[in-house]
Order: sequence, then structure tokens, then C-alpha cells
Amino acid sequence: MLKRNLWILFAVIALAILPLVIHHGGDAEFTGADGLAEAVITEIQPDYKPWASPLWEPPSGEIESLLFALQAAIGAGLVGFYFGRRTSPAKTMDPK
Amino acid sequence: MHIMEGYLPAAHAVGWCVVSAPFVIYGARRIVTLVREKPEVKLLMAASGAYVFVLSALKIPSVTGSCSHPTGTGLAASLFGPTVTTVLGTIVLLFQALLLAHGGLTTLGANVFSMAIVGPFVAYGLFKGLSGAGFSGAVAIFFAATLGDLATYVTTSLQLALAFPDPVSGLTGAAAKFLGIFAFTQVPLAISEGLLTVIVFNLLQRYSRGELNALNIFSAKA
Repeated sequence: MLKRNLWILFAVIALAILPLVIHHGGDAEFTGADGLAEAVITEIQPDYKPWASPLWEPPSGEIESLLFALQAAIGAGLVGFYFGRRTSPAKTMDPK
Repeated sequence: MHIMEGYLPAAHAVGWCVVSAPFVIYGARRIVTLVREKPEVKLLMAASGAYVFVLSALKIPSVTGSCSHPTGTGLAASLFGPTVTTVLGTIVLLFQALLLAHGGLTTLGANVFSMAIVGPFVAYGLFKGLSGAGFSGAVAIFFAATLGDLATYVTTSLQLALAFPDPVSGLTGAAAKFLGIFAFTQVPLAISEGLLTVIVFNLLQRYSRGELNALNIFSAKA
């Protein structure tokens, strides 16, 4: 199973790198799709004004990436904790 | 798939909240019942929610030259059912709306509908259907996670088309534009999510037999 999982993981990494190879000439900006959708909205309805704005915005790109990293870290930590629990060998020591 | 704060007309924002709310409430009650009846699955439920946290934080480049992120909801939906996943997905969307200015409170209903309702229902249906038809657990979870992910982005595109029909080409024209941004970009990412979820499912089949049995997930031998 380990071997098969490693191959699958390899495929996932390849899928993430492939776009960078295809567009290596700098012909793509790799901006977020959410932002592109915003641009299309403005194109379809140029007079649309967003009627609400976020209560709080990360003051800089660094802080935004900090919070994204935090989100991933919380998730990965918990997933790791779960599998750590499940794969731990039976307790060899007595509790007392 | 996040519709930005303020980017849905008020009527749509309210409408999607009204549509999504019952799923969140029902899901929350399902979680309470499930935890009471099968306390041994609590940790796995937390881990499945954590999986949504990880995957939806990763913005990955796509062949279209833009970036997007997977949703991670297929795993929880296949294991615990769609409405439990609605609650888990809503927590993630709230985190991102409040701390990351990603998505928003006015668009929360619409985003919950695409990421935490449509995606999980598609994933759950496919997982049950394919494993019922005799496919292995790995095959079933791959298609569930991949197509659930894609369904979320198709839904976002349609929601935006509904709110912003093109003045010339109408609803279908706008839908084509938004699908062009979201759906094509998402195809390789959806496949990645499917593959990653197969890895997790393989591990679960190996190490979490007890919980899978408690959840009535009878999987073919890995």
C-alpha cells in the first residue's frame, strides 16, 4: 500500500508542477480564479458596486499568507494527530 | 469558488442564506446524534474536518495559468454523509471570511451552498452509488472527491451567472464566462483532490477498520 500511495502522491505533485512548466515563459500570472471572476463581473455590469466589504482584511500579503499557513497547519496537525493515534503500537507499559 | 464579500446582489445573498440554513441546522443535529450514538467516530470526524481545512488553504497552479484551491469535502461527505460535511465546510468558510477576507458574510449562504452542500451531496451520491455497484472503495472515493470538487465550482459559476447575466448573451453567455474561469481551472485540481483522498482512504482502510465499520462503510479489500 505504501508504494501505491507514494506513486499517487507523486502524481499529485506532478499535476501541481505541470502548469508551471507549461507556462514557464512568463505568459501566465497565476492569479486567483476568484479575482478573475470579480473582473468578469465588472465587465458584465460595469456599474456594479459591491455593497459590503470585509469586516477585517489582512493588512499585508505576508499576514494573509501567515493565516493561510495557519489554516493548513491546524488541519495538517489534526490529521497527523489522528493517524498517529491510529498507528501507534499497543501500549507496552502499564499505566501505573 | 469564493464569491467575494458584497459581490452578490442583496436579494441573491439573502436567498442563498435561506436555502442553505436548513442544511446547516439539520447537519448540526446529525453531528450531535452521531457523536452520541457512535462516540468512537468523533476523532475521525474532527480529522475529516481538518482535511477540509488543509485542502481549502492550498492554492495550487492550474494549466489555465491561474490558481485555485481544492475543497476537501469529498472525504467527510463519503464517510459521514453530506449534511455533516455542510457544518464542517461552513466552519472553514467562516474562518476564511472573517480572518482572510476570502469570501464574505453576505456571500456565506451562496458559498456554503456550493462548497458545503452541492459538492458533498454529489460526492456522497457517487461514493454510495459506485461502492454499491461493486467498485472498490478507492475507485468510489476518487470519483466522489474529484467530481464533488468540480461540482462546487460549476455551482459557483452558475450562481454568478444567475446574479450577473450577460447583457448580450444572457444567462448562458455569462455561465460560459464564469465556467471558463472556474471549471476548466479546477479540472486538474479536482483530480489532485481525488488522488489525495484515495491516499487518505487507503490509510483509513488499513488503520481505521473499526470506525469504517461503525459508519457502515463496507469496503472491498484494499
